[in-house]
Amino acid sequence: MKRALLATCTLMLLTDGCSHKTKQQPASLQPTAAGTAIVESSGGKQIGYIGMPLDQPVVVQVNGASGSAVAGAAVYFTGPTGVTFTPASALTDSSGQVTSTVSLGQQAGRYKIVASTPDATGKNLQLSLDEIALGYQQTVGAQLNAQYCIRCHDPESTPLRVSNMDNLSVKPHPFTDGDTLNKISDAELIAIISHGGPALNKSAEMPPWGYTLSKSDIAALVSYIRAVADPPYEAGGVVYAQR
Amino acid sequence: MTNMLKSVWRFFFGDSARAFGSVSLILLVLLAVSPAKNHFSQWRYYQKQYLHLIRGRADAVTLERHFQGGIQQIWIPQQQVTDRCTTCHLGLKEASLADVSAVAFRKHPVVPHSLTEFGCTTCHRGQGPATTVEEAHNSTEQWEQPLLPAKYIEAGCGQCHLEKQTATPFLNQGRELISRNGCTHCHTIKRGDGTYILSDDGPPSLKHVADKTTREWIYAWIKDPHAYASTATMPNYHLSDNDARDISAFVIAQSTALQPPIQVQADAKAAEDPAAGTSLYGQSFCASCHAMQNAAGNLVGGNVGPELTGIGTKAKPEWLQDWVANPNHYDPDTMMPHYRFDANQVATLASFLESKTEPDFAANVHLEPATAVQIEHGKKLVIENGCASCHEINGIKKPENFAPELSRIGSKPLSQVLFVEGVEHSLPGYVAAKVRNPRAFGPSLKMPQFSLTPQQIDAITTALLAQTDQAQTQPPAMRIASVQQTKYEPAGHAGQLMRDLRCLTCHVINGHGGDMAPDLTWEGTAVQREWLTQFLRNPETLRPALIRRMPKFNLTEEEINTVADYVMTAYQTPEFDRDSLPASEFTPAMVEQGRQLFYSKFACQSCHIADFTKDKGYIGPALAGTGKRFNAAWVYHWLQDPQTLRPGTIEPNQHMTLEEARSLTAFLMSLNSTGSKEAAKK
Repeated sequence: MKRALLATCTLMLLTDGCSHKTKQQPASLQPTAAGTAIVESSGGKQIGYIGMPLDQPVVVQVNGASGSAVAGAAVYFTGPTGVTFTPASALTDSSGQVTSTVSLGQQAGRYKIVASTPDATGKNLQLSLDEIALGYQQTVGAQLNAQYCIRCHDPESTPLRVSNMDNLSVKPHPFTDGDTLNKISDAELIAIISHGGPALNKSAEMPPWGYTLSKSDIAALVSYIRAVADPPYEAGGVVYAQR
Repeated sequence: MTNMLKSVWRFFFGDSARAFGSVSLILLVLLAVSPAKNHFSQWRYYQKQYLHLIRGRADAVTLERHFQGGIQQIWIPQQQVTDRCTTCHLGLKEASLADVSAVAFRKHPVVPHSLTEFGCTTCHRGQGPATTVEEAHNSTEQWEQPLLPAKYIEAGCGQCHLEKQTATPFLNQGRELISRNGCTHCHTIKRGDGTYILSDDGPPSLKHVADKTTREWIYAWIKDPHAYASTATMPNYHLSDNDARDISAFVIAQSTALQPPIQVQADAKAAEDPAAGTSLYGQSFCASCHAMQNAAGNLVGGNVGPELTGIGTKAKPEWLQDWVANPNHYDPDTMMPHYRFDANQVATLASFLESKTEPDFAANVHLEPATAVQIEHGKKLVIENGCASCHEINGIKKPENFAPELSRIGSKPLSQVLFVEGVEHSLPGYVAAKVRNPRAFGPSLKMPQFSLTPQQIDAITTALLAQTDQAQTQPPAMRIASVQQTKYEPAGHAGQLMRDLRCLTCHVINGHGGDMAPDLTWEGTAVQREWLTQFLRNPETLRPALIRRMPKFNLTEEEINTVADYVMTAYQTPEFDRDSLPASEFTPAMVEQGRQLFYSKFACQSCHIADFTKDKGYIGPALAGTGKRFNAAWVYHWLQDPQTLRPGTIEPNQHMTLEEARSLTAFLMSLNSTGSKEAAKK
């Protein structure tokens, strides 16, 4: 009798110890419909800060075959390590949309987040959105940009900040203009910012900032320009000899 | 069973030789435990992983040369730093590892502080001496200080940096919100340098509140301030109907009549044109400070004064007239300037404001006349809720230390924190939850509900987490002091006048004042007296793109002369004499050379207008009237180094030669347009 009890106990302990409990899944969704396409409504290409929630939530919409919105379809959000979604999955509302607040991870750079929805056959439809997280140096750059650069380099006007771009004879490049700015090396960008346009045979409408901003300020501005470039800036990197 | 055990015992310990052998074996195993533990320790695993990573890379030779095995430590006794983080985080200084996906081995992002000077835990917190991930990053029973989550990382900066820094927008925002929401009326927050965070929300005195508004409005307001104005900084106390009834009864009962009493000028006539009020509101630049919802439902205007969307529901008509005529009468401490409106203008503006109502706000409030018992109960509630911490109330003293001091909240031991269901078990989690919804920690708690966005809550949490033991006790050399406002006030008769006009609400002078308008500390050196008097008489538009502009105060000639004399005499830089560069020194050749420099070399027209007919830049002030506005010496020195004359100005230092500065000055001083676009068109 005793032996049997001992054996059962041992067996129970063993099975318990060996079994790998599957991770707790969030309460699974019960979709009532499926779409044929998933599209962005808003919230892509935002500029946020590491570890912080983005200013605007990400809104995606599931559409049916006729192009109309589908309510009750399941949408799942996934992203790289450190990215959190509230909620991470949900059913589309009556207008076919799901809204999620996104917090970015701890590394500065680009985050590709994916919203997916299963279609009628169970195949996953995916939509990927790029979000940008600014780290320390880029944040400094962003602040300096807002103070010194944005009035000429950003064509958008707000009631409190009217864009000066249209008043210039040579239009400045918005910092998101990756097609142009990605071709300029860090050293050249630093030279243009420090010494002004004429130093590189460009317009004198770009003044020299090297006597107003410090070297680290200008490096921060360059890192910000690189961070927000669209298409993304890819550093060439240092080439080392092979061993 | 027993037999089996007996035979095993006999096999190992049957005789003395067997027993000796067995005991020796056990001893050997026991001795091996310690070196084995060391060999299989976590940090060795990470170092092996790191070596594995770098050996696969192109620059393996360089990286391997930098690698040092064994426990690494940064030791800075002055700052009580003993950090072994670099034992596992081996790539922090390796520029080529910026792109690796393993967080542990990635290069540290560029920051202004070096690892060897500050260590890791100075900014990131956590347990420096620990050598396992769990103990170093998280709380254990013995070691409580966990890593600061990334979103609050600026709290690390805030321990030493008490000043407003470009690089820490959330810390700055958090500190501003603490001041703006009046947190420090109840909580004391002392900074490491001995100064205090002060509130700048300016809660109104309630001593004469019955002259201003009705009991019904007060009832509805204290029930839910945000129903009246979304921008209200008054928090919600979640009062019951009866409590709100009794508090409103007491607040009205304690109010005394203003002395001298409010009098309305009977002969004043509001303009018949309904648009006149709107245009007077616009001309007086009320929107520089006050927000109001426009027809589209958008809030337009500044946040220095209260939102005016429903002011007609709140304020009594006669009070509005009295206030517009002279705000000092009701509140001598207000930030609002005393516009010198004539009686008809007062009536026009007051009736415009009266028409701004929120009819639904207090319409359903019907209160019976208050009984003595209710008033007494209301007084008890007012004392219990600490209303007098913020508001002046007749017969109630401002309570001292009404709420817990928060000077060291960022180091509060978790054992002293009472957690409730749903709050993350960490200090940041607790602080954020407390700011978000204070009453979740107990319905009887007194802290009211503030209206904050999630991002604002995180910002406030960041600022509070910077209030640590370390911040209070570290050597003064570590601290970057905060810039404190001075107590400067202009003196004499002109000083009284400038106080009446509240110049310092918008302008900074000698380190005291608001940041909405330019610093006037050296204004007497910069401008000509003639221009100043003309400007005070009728402020022209200097910066065409700005919404916030200098209002017209309707000053008398005598007042204008008093202010102008004072500015010209008192606000002079000691660096140079304003008359040291007479216009007679400028030749036409210099003017022409200056014109070339203006339009070609320095392209000043990008931001400034020298000629209204062709220039368009509107970032800086229009310069078409420079010759009438400025003194040549000021322009000459400004061109050489704008930041010394006005710190923080965005005008770039062009590093021009003295000759260039002189020619440019000659050109600018030759610009004598009357200075407005309209004038140029005529």
